[in-house]
Amino acid sequence: MENQTCSPTPACRSCPSANLVKLGEENQNFDYMIALAGNPNTGKSTVFNALTGLRQHTGNWPGKTVTRAEGGFSFDGRQYKIVDLPGTYSLLSASPDEEVARDFILFGHPNVTVIVADATRLERNLNLVLQVLEITDKAVFCVNLIDEARRHGISIDAAKLEERLGIPVILTAARQRKGIHELLQAISDVASGQRVCRPYRLQNEPPELKEAIHHLVEKIERLFPGLPNARWVALRVLEGDKRMISAIQSGELRQLYNIPEIAGAGQTT
Amino acid sequence: MNNQPITAEDILTDAASLRWDLGEKVHESLMESIFKEAASIAGDVVSISEKKKKTWDHSLDWLFTSKLTGFPIMFGLLAGVLWMTISGANVPSSMLAGLLLDTVHPWLKAMAGQIGMPWWLDGLLIDGMYLATAWVVSVMLPPMAIFFPLFTLFEDFGYLPRVAFNMDHLFKKVGAHGRQALTMSMGYGCNAAGVVACRIIDSPRERLIAIITNNFAVCNGRWPTLFLISSIFVGSAVSSPLLGSVVSSAAVLAVMLLGILFTFAVSWLLSNTMLRGEASIYSLELPPYRPPRILQTLYTSLIDRTIYILWRAIVFALPAGAVIWLLCNISVADQSLAEHLIRILNPFGLLIGLNGVILLAYIIAIPANEIVIPTILMLTVLTAGVTGIGEGAGVMFELESEGDTAALLQAGGWTLLTAVNLLLFCLLHNPCSTTIYTIWKETRSVKWTALAALLPVGIGVAVCFFVAQIWRLIAHSF
Repeated sequence: MENQTCSPTPACRSCPSANLVKLGEENQNFDYMIALAGNPNTGKSTVFNALTGLRQHTGNWPGKTVTRAEGGFSFDGRQYKIVDLPGTYSLLSASPDEEVARDFILFGHPNVTVIVADATRLERNLNLVLQVLEITDKAVFCVNLIDEARRHGISIDAAKLEERLGIPVILTAARQRKGIHELLQAISDVASGQRVCRPYRLQNEPPELKEAIHHLVEKIERLFPGLPNARWVALRVLEGDKRMISAIQSGELRQLYNIPEIAGAGQTT
Repeated sequence: MNNQPITAEDILTDAASLRWDLGEKVHESLMESIFKEAASIAGDVVSISEKKKKTWDHSLDWLFTSKLTGFPIMFGLLAGVLWMTISGANVPSSMLAGLLLDTVHPWLKAMAGQIGMPWWLDGLLIDGMYLATAWVVSVMLPPMAIFFPLFTLFEDFGYLPRVAFNMDHLFKKVGAHGRQALTMSMGYGCNAAGVVACRIIDSPRERLIAIITNNFAVCNGRWPTLFLISSIFVGSAVSSPLLGSVVSSAAVLAVMLLGILFTFAVSWLLSNTMLRGEASIYSLELPPYRPPRILQTLYTSLIDRTIYILWRAIVFALPAGAVIWLLCNISVADQSLAEHLIRILNPFGLLIGLNGVILLAYIIAIPANEIVIPTILMLTVLTAGVTGIGEGAGVMFELESEGDTAALLQAGGWTLLTAVNLLLFCLLHNPCSTTIYTIWKETRSVKWTALAALLPVGIGVAVCFFVAQIWRLIAHSF
């Protein structure tokens, strides 16, 4: 990958990232799929537009994106499909937009999940980041609106944050197109496996919850060996998530990860 | 036990019993540990310089959301936007009308004459379809090209969530969702867009309330009616033209406020009858103010909203124009179909303080509210027997001045009561067909779609009836 150079196409000259080609909605063939998650009103759609060249309507109020938007771009010779998920504060409730986001990150198999956050409200945005990191290993954290944060006298130590979270952290100001190239590079690194994430996992759950999770994880891993996020599956089942319960019942979980069925273990109903 | 094969049922049974033991704690303790750990990480990496903690954002927030200034500023801005739209749209509207109606139309007629087009085809295509469309474009395009960018600038700046914040407790009081303030705001642009925006409301019960009451936000297509009628009958009562435009803006604002009142009343009614339930709790975020990007806003609001809605109106105006022309030109027993229909509708129309012409216009204009006024004018000419005005049966036209329009309407038997009730009926009638279709698409329910379509028109008839009776009672006793 690192040896690849950008062939100069007309689109290259006009965009700031020399090897970014915006493909708009042409996303039929792609090498990697990217999910864009984040709290409402953090500029997710602006990031989406900056990457794809689409002009999805942006507006300064939470909940603007009500449907899933898809687009494509090409970077370093690889084709990417990108899916803009509805903005949510969490992934744990039963509301339809949270379900869409949650199910896509788990069942849609994005190669990388990009979490967009508002730099001026980092603490609250981190709540969602920690939840996403429970589901997936491959994530990039895009701390957007960094220009606004500076205006408010807020500074963020990206290196330290990266160290704590175990995933790449990129500071951006998507409206001014700052940091977009770095974001693309990080996405490409994680997607290609050049950079391996060691995501932060929750540590301070109360003991009885920890025990319950441990108990279920052990059983889930026996039924679905090789499942990358048994802990999240256990959590969802404990919360009574119907989608997850039916995925276990029908064995859909196994197909999703191409886990071979072991004779004698597991019964699909 | 470890050697036993494990089944999906085992896991689910275990989970169910564990869930029973842990109870509500799972969710809460999980959230709690997430919050704690997020706070610890954030504390580690974020530093805030003390000097800059207070900025103008805080003062603006106080100004926009405090009890004292929040609502006056909100209504002030709304009135300002309305006034800018009304007074700014006049000139380009009449220029467009001059071009499309006075120049292009005669030219098309001349062309049709030259190629020897039969009179009925010429009438159907040019007097019917072309004129209806030209009317919609010249009446709609300028106000939309002013209103939508202004609205989008406020949206981009971050003012809308403050509006939602101000209205939040009112919506909660009537058992609806606070975000309904946002979907209502969208409705002022277009009810169909407002109905789609209701997806931001999670609870199905509250989403239905928001969808059904969205029609009480006066959409863009109804403004021309409000503007014209209020300036003819309300604004003209004042001698100075500037004051007149202020007074007619105030009348339009009054109708809008009445619409907000109905939004609350009907939301309350629904949440206490068919859609009973508690208002759900949600966190409303006040996003930071952002300097709006003027050029980009102009571009996106023109492309996404103005052109989109204009296109929709054109698509509906074409067939409606044809229908109007046909109704006026197909005669049965010496009278056109339109005259028959008006005669049938007239007694009921008069009972509720309107007339047959208005009711027929609203039936023809179901596809698009924008063509109500031209249809009313044309049908009035047809039935009032006014000579020397208009261009023939089924030909939509625009009168040169508002004085001419007033004279025509008075000849058609209009009174101040007719005008007031038309303003009310403009607010309280069925949504346009696009909105009805959108409601069906969003709810997938015939029942709720029917309710959303029929409830406003039912309320409209009742309100107009009572206003008419009280009006006549008072007029009689003097």
